[in-house]
Amino acid sequence: MPQLPARPPAAPVSPGVVPVDRRRFLGFVLGGATLIAAADMGLMPQRAEGAIPTLPGPAELYDLNDMLTDAARPTANLLTITINADGTASFALPRAEVGQGITTSSAMLVAEELDLPLDKVVVALADARPELLFNQLTGASNTTISTYTPIRVAAAVARTALLEAAAIELGTTVGNLTTKGGEVFDTLGNCVGYGDLAAAAASPVTRGVQVDLKPAGEFSVIGTPRNRVDALDAVTGRKQFTTDLAVDNAWPTMVCRPPTLNGTPIRILNQAEVEAMPGVSDVVLVDTGIAIRAQTFGQCIDAVRSVRADWRDGPVAGKSDQDIVDGLNAAELPLPALPNTPLSKTLDLKFTFYFRSNSPMDTNSAVADVRADRAEIWAGLKSPIVAQQEIAKVLGLPQAKVKVHVVTAGGSFGRRLFFDGALEAAKISKAMGKPVKLMWHRSDDSRAGRAHPMCTSRVRATYALGQVLAFQQAHTSVETDYRHGLGEIITAMATELPPGVGNLGFAETIFTLTQEVPYNFGAVVQTLTESDQRFNTGSMRNIYSPDVRCAGELMVDQLAKRLGKDPYTFRKSFLRSSRALAVLDRVAQAGNWGRSMPAGTAQGIAIHKEYKGVSAALVEIDCRPETVNRPIREGVTGPRVTKVTFAIDVGLAINPTGLEAQMLGGINDGIALALTSSLHLQGGHFVEASWDNYFYTRQWNTPPEVNVIVMPSDSETPGGAGEAGVAASFAAVACAYARATGTVPTYFPINHKAPFPFTPKPTVPPIPQSPTNGLKLTY
Amino acid sequence: MPIQTFVLNGETVSVDVADDVRLLWVLRDLLGVTGPKHGCGINVCKACTSHVNGRAFNPCATPVGDLQETDEITTIEGLPATVGADLHPMQEAWLDRDVAQCGYCQPGQIMAAVATVRAAQREGRTVTDADIEGIRNICRCGTYNRIREAIRAGAERM
Repeated sequence: MPQLPARPPAAPVSPGVVPVDRRRFLGFVLGGATLIAAADMGLMPQRAEGAIPTLPGPAELYDLNDMLTDAARPTANLLTITINADGTASFALPRAEVGQGITTSSAMLVAEELDLPLDKVVVALADARPELLFNQLTGASNTTISTYTPIRVAAAVARTALLEAAAIELGTTVGNLTTKGGEVFDTLGNCVGYGDLAAAAASPVTRGVQVDLKPAGEFSVIGTPRNRVDALDAVTGRKQFTTDLAVDNAWPTMVCRPPTLNGTPIRILNQAEVEAMPGVSDVVLVDTGIAIRAQTFGQCIDAVRSVRADWRDGPVAGKSDQDIVDGLNAAELPLPALPNTPLSKTLDLKFTFYFRSNSPMDTNSAVADVRADRAEIWAGLKSPIVAQQEIAKVLGLPQAKVKVHVVTAGGSFGRRLFFDGALEAAKISKAMGKPVKLMWHRSDDSRAGRAHPMCTSRVRATYALGQVLAFQQAHTSVETDYRHGLGEIITAMATELPPGVGNLGFAETIFTLTQEVPYNFGAVVQTLTESDQRFNTGSMRNIYSPDVRCAGELMVDQLAKRLGKDPYTFRKSFLRSSRALAVLDRVAQAGNWGRSMPAGTAQGIAIHKEYKGVSAALVEIDCRPETVNRPIREGVTGPRVTKVTFAIDVGLAINPTGLEAQMLGGINDGIALALTSSLHLQGGHFVEASWDNYFYTRQWNTPPEVNVIVMPSDSETPGGAGEAGVAASFAAVACAYARATGTVPTYFPINHKAPFPFTPKPTVPPIPQSPTNGLKLTY
Repeated sequence: MPIQTFVLNGETVSVDVADDVRLLWVLRDLLGVTGPKHGCGINVCKACTSHVNGRAFNPCATPVGDLQETDEITTIEGLPATVGADLHPMQEAWLDRDVAQCGYCQPGQIMAAVATVRAAQREGRTVTDADIEGIRNICRCGTYNRIREAIRAGAERM
């Protein structure tokens, strides 16, 4: 007789009983031919009503994640898990997988609650489901926070129904049954697989089922390191992205874009000539440019390059970086005066953060098949419902006639909160009357795609007698576009927000709900002013925090210096949160803070608190000339971050392997933001048109030594991960650079004003030709 | 239009397409071999890295007409067959370390890693930090550190 696990069966269903336990929930078995278990997507634990801390910032009481979670709460719609005859469980996640690992962590939740091996859980991405209202938005690192409970409840309902069916099958009672590895066992050792029970466990009508979730002490999947469920597909080339899809007759399509940012086409001068080019099937003018459909993307490139057209200038024609900087400076509101006396000193710092591109590897792309009475769209979309609404409106179709499939995307970094490619593909398909597979060229994606807005951050602090009496931070930014998705949520939630927040604009709301100063710095004020709406903007692996925290932590280092304290000790004595203190101590210890280092090299330390979690980074940087000037062909070198020690406390870490991966990415983003990556506006357009122009961290700049520490936590709820690694990393690199060089930078990235190590690519034609020397460059 | 013939993942293929169309589009758009990805189209990001006669190259910069009938093109799809296994040791190393995040650049990263290790082996040495830092393939998710670990582990099994 095998020793069976002692997992108790679920509590019997008692209709009408009000849940009293925070692990007890009501789910459903849906009527159908196989077992379909469901939970309300709005099913989330109520916020704990804790004691009100002293003078907390709004983000500490109620943050952006609370708003997104609350917005999802009342939508009485279902997340379903189907048990299939082959013993697998499948479900469609109403979120977008873009590399952040949510299909894996969500599958782990199902595996845990169902007692099913992880490889038997099949996760797909749900099509746009308009009935979900606000509950199909992927952003702000909110997926796991908002879906943790409903996914588990649905899985627990499935397990309960399987147990009930097994009791009949095995001629016993539910109380004598246990589950393990996708099978139900009785006390005699008889067993029956979930697949064999799927039909019997089905219900002809929908019925409510009360379940108790597995207590944290019994977890065997949640909290254990697991590899990605799509890893094998990724390493074999089988993982499919939008441009890999084979949709009937959806030929490659590209757009010839205007020579200035957001310019518009007036007319094409050589339509017949372009139409006659090899492989070309269609040439149409749409509002964003001239679209070309051909047999191959190579022929699209040739055709785009041969277009001659008249263009109307975009709104920043002739403008360059300095014009936008001047505009921001003019828009800055005065900071309240603080005393500067023999007893109390006031220190002012100001930083400029240039435009940065959130272009992922997988460019804006979409497949669109628009017919007279219906349309079908495939794309990587983080706000598919809004995309569906907007596309339907533009096509003049009822929303229900536009089917929108969410495709796994090759990165997002904020880009896929928008649906620029999907909307454009729909317009082109309509204009051509044919299906299209639209792909933005890298140069399109970098120049005309979305960017993190340029901004300035001014920090003013007053200190006296070893204390910081006041800390003000005024952030002034080119407008961040929240018009899609987040905007609707803010409007709808306005009355639910804390007093004084609900009547702010979208951007101020987000700012107020995400930013806080985590130190006891007396009177603290943080404000946001926005000034310029002419750019295509969005978040970039976080919205404000990397810049705000970088500026703030640089000021902290300067205050420490003036008060004669070491940066670590100073932070330790002013931090308000015990979790922040714990991660700070952890990196200081593990990273050997304060060790002796050669001149021109230094450590930097910083913390960040957001997404229900807290993180700390300790970096070491080498700014010596032999390192800064190391030769790399057509690559930026500069100072090198040689070592990073990073600690993250997200509360309950569902998958430590995935969490560590997100921190690795965040660290490399932070390094790029501090040292190398920015867009340059020059003559009305962004200069960068290639990965050898836009310097995201490369293998030669990544730190050789990285140690990510996932903090142990007794929390029963998870925090966010996708963006959580960036802010502390950026701030720590900036602090380390300032300490190594003795100079506090005034703008980021620090190389923004260096001469280009490349020849800028022309804007006419907008796409560079592919080289032909591939066989000469083998290795 | 000319008929282009070459060996793709062990099988001779013929395609009716003009000489100057870059191989990347022939593979992806005409032959449906989508492992090699478009990331830039100008041989910078290296997401399309594949092998020609065992050496790394970039199909986005190679006119299909430059290929001889006997040229053997290996994409990520054909990599395991080069060692007669279900997976190449480098792919296994990638799985062991859970390297991929979004996965878009990973076929190119793996093909570049294999070629980099082979190049070192041809010189009778093991792969170095400098070799790895010479790899230009971009990973915008930033999983570089796991790539470095996987290359070393994969090299030991090659």
